[in-house]
Amino acid sequence: MPFKNYFRSVSLTIVATLASTLVAPAQMAPELKIEPQATVKTKRGTPATVTLKVSLPAGFHANSHTPTEPNLIPLTLKWTGGPLTDGVIAYPKPLLEKYTFSAGKDISVVTGAFDITTKFQVAASTATGPAAQTGTLRYQACNDRMCFPPKTVNVNVTVSVE
Amino acid sequence: MNFSAHSVKPGRFFLLLALISGIAVILGTVGWPDKQPVHKPLKNEADRKKAPDFELKDVNGKVVHLSDYKGKVVLLDFWATWCGPCGIEIPWFTDFQRKYKDRGFTVLGVSMDDGGWKDVKPFVAEKKINYQVVLGDDKTSDQYGSVEALPTTFMIDRDGRIASIHVGLVDRKEFDDAIQKLL
Repeated sequence: MPFKNYFRSVSLTIVATLASTLVAPAQMAPELKIEPQATVKTKRGTPATVTLKVSLPAGFHANSHTPTEPNLIPLTLKWTGGPLTDGVIAYPKPLLEKYTFSAGKDISVVTGAFDITTKFQVAASTATGPAAQTGTLRYQACNDRMCFPPKTVNVNVTVSVE
Repeated sequence: MNFSAHSVKPGRFFLLLALISGIAVILGTVGWPDKQPVHKPLKNEADRKKAPDFELKDVNGKVVHLSDYKGKVVLLDFWATWCGPCGIEIPWFTDFQRKYKDRGFTVLGVSMDDGGWKDVKPFVAEKKINYQVVLGDDKTSDQYGSVEALPTTFMIDRDGRIASIHVGLVDRKEFDDAIQKLL
C-alpha cells in the first residue's frame, strides 16, 4: 500500500473515531451480557446444573450478591418458571476492591466475566420434552466515578427433560 | 508498504497532526465515553440555557418547583442511595449549604431511588442532609437530558439558567469555585 493510501486510511479512521466520540452519548449505562446457552439435557428424578456465563464491560463493576453496604443493590438471580425446581444458586466469589468513591473501604463486587451456577432437582413427575427455564438477573453497575440505575435482564434457558 | 515520508505532502502531515491533537483535546475535555467524569466549566452568561422547571415532592408531600428558588444560586444534584460516588459528594454539599446559604445559595437534591422515601428518608437522616431533597421521576430526568449516570449535578445561576454540568464524581474544589463565581 503506498504511503498516500495508508495516510488516507489512517485519516479516515481518525475522523470516524472522532465522529463516533462526538455522536455517542457521553455517559451510557454498561450492558451486562449473558452468553446464549446450549440446551440443558437432564433426566427426571436427577439433579441438573445451569451455569450462566455473564460479563460486564471493562472498567465497570456490579455489586456482588453480598454487598458491603446495606444500601447497595445486590446481584440477584431469580428463577421464575420452568421444569427445574428447588434451585440452589451459587454466585461468583466477590472481589474486594477499593474505588475513588469508597473512601478507603473495600467494596464487594463482581467484574469482567463470571459464572452464576444453579443446582436444580428435576422432579420425577416433570413432563418430558423441551421447555424454557426462565428467570431474571438484577444488577447495579458503577465505574470508579459514577453509578447507573439498577437493571433487570431476562434469563431464558432451554431445558430438555428425558 | 512504502512508508517513505518523502511521498507525503507536508500539508497533509500537519493535517494528520491537527486531527490527532483535536481528538486529544476533545477527549481531554469530555473524557472517554462511559468511563470518565464530565466536568464542564462555567458557561458564559450568553450561552446559558434556562433550567427546566419541575414539580416534585419532598418528604412531607410538599410540592417543590425549581422556580421556587429563583434569585438563588442552586446546586441541583441528581443522586441515589445506592450510588457510592453520590455518598462522597453529599457531605460536601451539606458543607456548602451551611457555608453559603446566607449568601443566596441552596442545594436541592433529586433522589432517583425507585424505592421512594422508605429508602431515602433513613439515608437523609443518617447523612444529616441539611438541604431540601425531593423524589425525582423519569419526566424530570428527561427534562435534564435523560440523567442516567449518577451523580449528575447542575449549577444553576440566579436567573435560573444552567451554568455548568458535572457528571460523575468530580473534585470538591470545582463545585466550590463554581459556587463562589456564581454568587
